Amino acid sequence: MSRGDQGIEVAGLHKDYRVHRRKSGMLNTVRSIFHRTYETVPAVRDLSFTIEPGERVGFLGPNGAGKTTTLKILAGLLHPTAGRVVVAGHEPRLREHRFLKRITLVMGQKQQLIWDLPPVDTFSQNRAIYDLSRASFDATLKELDELLGISAIAEKPTRQLSLGERMKCELAAALLHRPDVLFLDEPTIGLDVSMQLAVRDFIRAYNERTGATTLLTSHYMDDVAALCPRVIVIDKGRLRYDGALGKLVEKIRPDKAIVLRYAHRPDRAALERIGTVTECDDAKAVVRVARPDLREAVANLLLDPELSDLTIEDPPLEEVLRELFAQSAAESA
Amino acid sequence: MRILSAYPTLLRIGFANAVAYRTEMLVWMLTMTMPFVSLALWSAVAESVPVGRFDQKSFVAYFLATIVVRQLCGAWVVWELIQEIKSGTLTSRLLKPIHPLVVYSADNIAAIPLRALFAAPLALIGITSGGTALPHEPHRVVALFLSLFGAWFITFFVMVIIGCLSFFMESSASIFDIWIACFMILSGYLVPLELFPSWVRGVAEVLPFRYTLGFPVEILIGMSSDAAIARGLVIQLAYGCGSAAMALALWRSGVRRFGAFGG
Repeated sequence: MSRGDQGIEVAGLHKDYRVHRRKSGMLNTVRSIFHRTYETVPAVRDLSFTIEPGERVGFLGPNGAGKTTTLKILAGLLHPTAGRVVVAGHEPRLREHRFLKRITLVMGQKQQLIWDLPPVDTFSQNRAIYDLSRASFDATLKELDELLGISAIAEKPTRQLSLGERMKCELAAALLHRPDVLFLDEPTIGLDVSMQLAVRDFIRAYNERTGATTLLTSHYMDDVAALCPRVIVIDKGRLRYDGALGKLVEKIRPDKAIVLRYAHRPDRAALERIGTVTECDDAKAVVRVARPDLREAVANLLLDPELSDLTIEDPPLEEVLRELFAQSAAESA
Repeated sequence: MRILSAYPTLLRIGFANAVAYRTEMLVWMLTMTMPFVSLALWSAVAESVPVGRFDQKSFVAYFLATIVVRQLCGAWVVWELIQEIKSGTLTSRLLKPIHPLVVYSADNIAAIPLRALFAAPLALIGITSGGTALPHEPHRVVALFLSLFGAWFITFFVMVIIGCLSFFMESSASIFDIWIACFMILSGYLVPLELFPSWVRGVAEVLPFRYTLGFPVEILIGMSSDAAIARGLVIQLAYGCGSAAMALALWRSGVRRFGAFGG
């Protein structure tokens, strides 16, 4: 299948918002009735990327970076100010029904389930709206039930479901029409750890089974690390990084953390000869070592008979991103 | 074609939703009983001498018919639209491959059976009060149903027009308040239109309010001539087409703006 059939192409995307500004105070409130001041705020600036069919890509950035704006443009909800966007061979802003049948957008903070009715009713409604045959609907629902385990909860009113149960049903409702492209905006927000894992496993399994192109935003870096071999990072609407997640970590933090556990207080001076000691207490030490020196450092550390445990860790993704955003802020300044 | 095949399911879901909201709906229906106040007032006035063509029994029939028609032709899409545009929840409707107004219309129509349950006893009292001449000739029965559908159609699309104004302003709820205030007076809801001075009647004849309530009420209680019914249906058709066209144009432009500014 060619990229145009199921992939995503974004070239030179710009999106500006016109925002009304008003200072606080009664006088300014009255003044704003007669004279309004507007300001153009750029939300996305010259953003370009391509996503191949079937790829799982993490879309990262701090709050206000333009992630949700971009997802809404890709789903056809917002019109770009400039630039070219093609999703599954369609121009999203035209919102053709053929296009809408091929995509889905799940927003963790907004729901499509009918609040006072059981999710099965939303499923039936979607079957009618997407014009799905009974056989195809039943088969997809069965498959989604295998992955999500929703049969026991789908007949309870949505309002009586827990947040996690609701998200499972939201995902099922959003995927009944077997979309080729999935936009997932914070799908695990507010969920407990086990439910986050369940949703994560489901997204991976769905992508592997159907080959659907998946673009995911999440503030939980574990979601991104577990699901997305590739990440696109934006900040203040601009592209900051596009590539493999591992390469991003290597680029920003070219060292690794060696976590050591001892039966006694470790010798800090000896450790400092091996790398940068970031933590050293009664029984634990953390030493940062450049990646090329890792093998030699580990070999030296293992010579210590008092060492009881050694693990090698990448820096947390949150830290990596914080450094990336700090670097880009410094560059902008 | 897809709309036609989807519509029965949309109606079924809409009915289930109306049943889920039955208590709220009952309370809402009770707020539409203002004509009882008018009935008490006008019955007292007509106790000794008829007012125009209305004696006490005619007033009973008229105001009960008013409540029944309002129940059958009411809509609430304006509130849904205003709330969904303001909160941004409209986005989930815009992602579906069906026009959102089709789904809204099914939601509104699906509640009619439940509201008819409330209206049925009132209709029965109205029929037995002796003040009505229910239409029984086939052409009048057809005209009654057409006028009821026309009243619902105009009400629905006017509500869509007012709701769509929320795409362009902070909230259009106050505009709807103005519409309701005019409706109370110029639709025949609180006072039969023929009891107004002739110039007010003349104004009411050309404005849309009468065609959302008073016109079907007059057919229901047998107070309209065939010629008046035919003229009324033509005017209803014109208002129906005009309001639908305007609603769709405003919707298109509003959704474009929603797309430009975000939701």
